[in-house]
Amino acid sequence: MDKRILLIEDEPNIIEAVRFILSRDGFVVDTHSDGATALQTVQNRSPDMVILDVMLPNRSGYDILRDLRSAVQTETLPVLMLTARGQKKDREMADRYGASKFMTKPFSNSELLKAVQELTN
Amino acid sequence: MPNSGLTGGRIRQTRLSKGLRQAALAQSVGISPSYLNLIEHNRRRIGGKLLLDISRELGVEAGLLSEGAQSSLLEALGAATFGQTNIVTEVDRTEELVGRFPGWSKLIAWQQQRIESLEQTVTGLTDRLTHDPQLAASMHEMLSVVTAIRSTAAILTDGSHLNPEWQVRFHRNLDEDSRRLAENAQALVSYLDATDEGQAAAEPSMPKEELENWLSARQFHIGELEGNDAINVDALLRKQAQLNGSVTTMSYARAYLKSYKSDAKAVSHDRLSEEMRLNGRDPLRVSQALGCDLATVLRRIATQPNQKQAAGIVRCDSSGTLTFCKPIDGFALPRFGAACPLWPLYQALARPMNPIRTVVEQSGHRQVRFLTYTIAQPVVAAAFNTEPLIEATMLILPDDTPQERAEPVGSNCRICTREACHGRREPSILTDGF
Repeated sequence: MDKRILLIEDEPNIIEAVRFILSRDGFVVDTHSDGATALQTVQNRSPDMVILDVMLPNRSGYDILRDLRSAVQTETLPVLMLTARGQKKDREMADRYGASKFMTKPFSNSELLKAVQELTN
Repeated sequence: MPNSGLTGGRIRQTRLSKGLRQAALAQSVGISPSYLNLIEHNRRRIGGKLLLDISRELGVEAGLLSEGAQSSLLEALGAATFGQTNIVTEVDRTEELVGRFPGWSKLIAWQQQRIESLEQTVTGLTDRLTHDPQLAASMHEMLSVVTAIRSTAAILTDGSHLNPEWQVRFHRNLDEDSRRLAENAQALVSYLDATDEGQAAAEPSMPKEELENWLSARQFHIGELEGNDAINVDALLRKQAQLNGSVTTMSYARAYLKSYKSDAKAVSHDRLSEEMRLNGRDPLRVSQALGCDLATVLRRIATQPNQKQAAGIVRCDSSGTLTFCKPIDGFALPRFGAACPLWPLYQALARPMNPIRTVVEQSGHRQVRFLTYTIAQPVVAAAFNTEPLIEATMLILPDDTPQERAEPVGSNCRICTREACHGRREPSILTDGF
């Protein structure tokens, strides 16, 4: 059965590119763009993995990740964090909140695909 | 006598590294081997001619053997090991390292200083990204667009089949994103250069800016605090919904408005206008005619309603920190960081109570000249055995004296393009990049 990925990102053309890359490799990609309702969307759709941008409208990706980790239903859900800031402290924060993997923008398509394949297997 | 001991140990290490026998060295400098032995084992002080003789025989500079140079090197090497937990260093043999390998030791010390300097630079840049939300948002936006372009371009060129519909869509996305990138880049440069236009570049991000924007909307004139009907500052603040900012913003606002009210009480705008009509625009003559201090007159000129001639003003405290700015078109005020050290404002700080009149010309696209009047004076009443707290005030007016030589000044080193400036603290991002 195809793996379901939920991409939480607010940049339309990144959404389109990532959706294309992952769909081409057999993943089913859902998308969501608003930080405030992202947690509810994850719970409703029960994806196999989440790709989560840090800077989202209305709510930070870190806050969403923290809530995901504190809920029994999503505490072990693979989450790939995407951020434009790749400083050590940002990585540490992602680790502290329980990100499965951390990737800085701009990323290469192959790098993203490899990370998704690893986290969904 | 640790320093003397360090020198002795170093003489021994240098001698041994050169394969010289103790007796031979002692004989060559005219002392007994036993005395040299005492020196090398830190039991006798050494200096003066004997140190020079020994250093000559050892073929090294006396300074390298002397305690000052050695101490500073040891100190630098100690700094290199400070906080280092991953690598075990033979700290107890540092002296031996310096003695036997002075060149390597100097290199390590230089690299340590270089690391510290680079760390300071990185910290400064990080601080700017952290504390300037406009810049951080702009960089984030650009990285997002670059990410979209990179992914889309890779899809189009990775050699796999792409149906025409997707091709068209991705080409359109690339076109959109490249336009956005160009716009963002232009906006970023404009933002960095915006103070060159004498205007606020973006939404206020700091309490001081919030206050200045609020004042700007009122053209820096607070009618409620003028004349016999002046109201209480706190009563005024309670009515200002637009200024309902942080505790810090309100604190800035309260301090400024109290100062404004005090100035208004000292000199009404009507009296100021009358004296300026009689005495011309020279603020010093006007202040003497009014019998009040020059700084008050400078501030009142800058806040006159319905000004025929624009007037800007900057104030700084004793530390040089800009505490208030009213912009004037063409004179760039720094949004972050320190201002140009060549401003008369800072000259005045060094010469309290000495009025300064200077024509300045700022680097930038337009090269506009301004006439500045500046004074630094105490802000609190004198008290016994207490150093006065000084504030400097600089009034900035359009210059109408083209025959006068203008002093070249900048805004902030980071966005100033003036080269070979003796006041430069740091490189310009506009000429040297990040």
